Amino acid sequence: MTTDTAHRGQVALRHLSKSFTLNGQPLPVLRSLSLDIRAGEALAIVGPSGCGKTTLLRLLAGLEVADSGQVVIDGKPVTGVGTERAVIYQEPRLLPWLTVLENVAFGLEVRGMARAAAQDRARHYIRLVGLSDFQGAWPRQLSGGMAQRVGIARALTVKPEILLLDEPLGALDAMTKLTMQEELARIWREENVTMILVTHDLEEAIFLADRVLVLSADGTPPAVIPVDLPRPRDRNGADFVRMRRMLMGRFGLH
Amino acid sequence: MTLQNLDTPTRRARGLPAPPVRAYLARYGLVIAFLVLWQTSGKLGWISPAVLPPLDAILGALWTGIASGALVDDIAISLQRAGLAFGAAAALGVPLGLLMGQLRPVERALDPILQLFRQTSALALYPVFILLLGLGETSKVFVIFWATLFPTLLATIGGVKQVDRKLIEMAESYGAGRLQVFRRVVLPAAVPAIFVGLRLSATTALLLLIAAEMIGANKGIGFQVMNAQYNFQIPLMFAAIFLMASLGLAANAVLVLLQRRLCRWSLD
Repeated sequence: MTTDTAHRGQVALRHLSKSFTLNGQPLPVLRSLSLDIRAGEALAIVGPSGCGKTTLLRLLAGLEVADSGQVVIDGKPVTGVGTERAVIYQEPRLLPWLTVLENVAFGLEVRGMARAAAQDRARHYIRLVGLSDFQGAWPRQLSGGMAQRVGIARALTVKPEILLLDEPLGALDAMTKLTMQEELARIWREENVTMILVTHDLEEAIFLADRVLVLSADGTPPAVIPVDLPRPRDRNGADFVRMRRMLMGRFGLH
Repeated sequence: MTLQNLDTPTRRARGLPAPPVRAYLARYGLVIAFLVLWQTSGKLGWISPAVLPPLDAILGALWTGIASGALVDDIAISLQRAGLAFGAAAALGVPLGLLMGQLRPVERALDPILQLFRQTSALALYPVFILLLGLGETSKVFVIFWATLFPTLLATIGGVKQVDRKLIEMAESYGAGRLQVFRRVVLPAAVPAIFVGLRLSATTALLLLIAAEMIGANKGIGFQVMNAQYNFQIPLMFAAIFLMASLGLAANAVLVLLQRRLCRWSLD
């Protein structure tokens, strides 16, 4: 797993369909969606509320089952949660009775690693997200941005091939959000993971992603838009601004 | 008693640090004033000392009772009754509550009968317990146990059911099985609620202890309260009442201490 991570973390969506029942009526949110995601790619999923972007992420995480179709990871169909994936949620979802260090080590411990070894590796990732001074802190003592970093460190500690992010920065203030976007870009580059990011922030999508998957709520077929901009990306560069205008135009925004 | 009453130490700890003397007065000033008023009203003849003896007479009676060993026996037997009942209630209530909170079918099956039992006053059932278990220790301990079980049981069920689903899902997404989710998420999350239940149970245990001892006992602090009143040993009666109150305070203090140790994460 450590030697060939570069080749792993490949995701294929095959005719994925999912609908929910609302007031007795079936409400389709995904209609036969197919897409190939390269290993190490950063894909952003955007769309209006109700378009199924969070549902798609939950299907990828194995927390939900598709009505038909498959999610295939590294050639194997997904049947549930798996050790090659880690999820980062909008809320940090830290366990309030564990310290920062214990929270970050939690994923590894659940997977059977001994506490000391798990905490050793956890320390490395706590340093990576810049929280070394807060290892012994309780979650209630952290700011929103710090808590989210802990959640990110916890996900990275299990060395996933695929990082699934469900509006991870949605609850943060504007300044913290920009800083965290830079951090996510750095972490994605350094950790060499496949990153699948659900967001409602189009600029965030352009800043982080290689491609943007645009879902709609009205049955219009999904679109995949490549973001061919050099990294690190400049939010005020002419190409970036043009890209943002084009993407916003798709949603009737200016 | 409301649940909020049980949380004063937390709120106090969260407040700004006040100068020690002022903080002390703000917290205990009224108690001190009450005791001073008690002592002086007897001495000054506002109230007949025969009805409300001054504090020194009560403390004197308490000291005599303890020094002579007469009250020590009462304390021991009362502690044993309340302790056994509380221990049994906690030993049954917490595990059963965890089970019922986790497994919907178990809860569905047991809930109606629990509601029925809970709404039936334990004291009303005391004659039934005496019929079934005799007039000895067993029926006394059992009636206390009966009343003491429900606060812990219900608080534990509530604690388990209000665990954040999102935390459970987080643990599951890392591959945690049912047992791991229970041990690492549900149980620690329920601990504060369990302690609220245990503290209510401790209060209930002492309440029922006195009632049971007043009805059918020839030993114990509750018996001493009644007996002293019959014999018009009013200072001794108040001494027994004070003893009772201090037992309640001590039990609560022990539980608060334990709670602080186990729930450091939730306190400031």
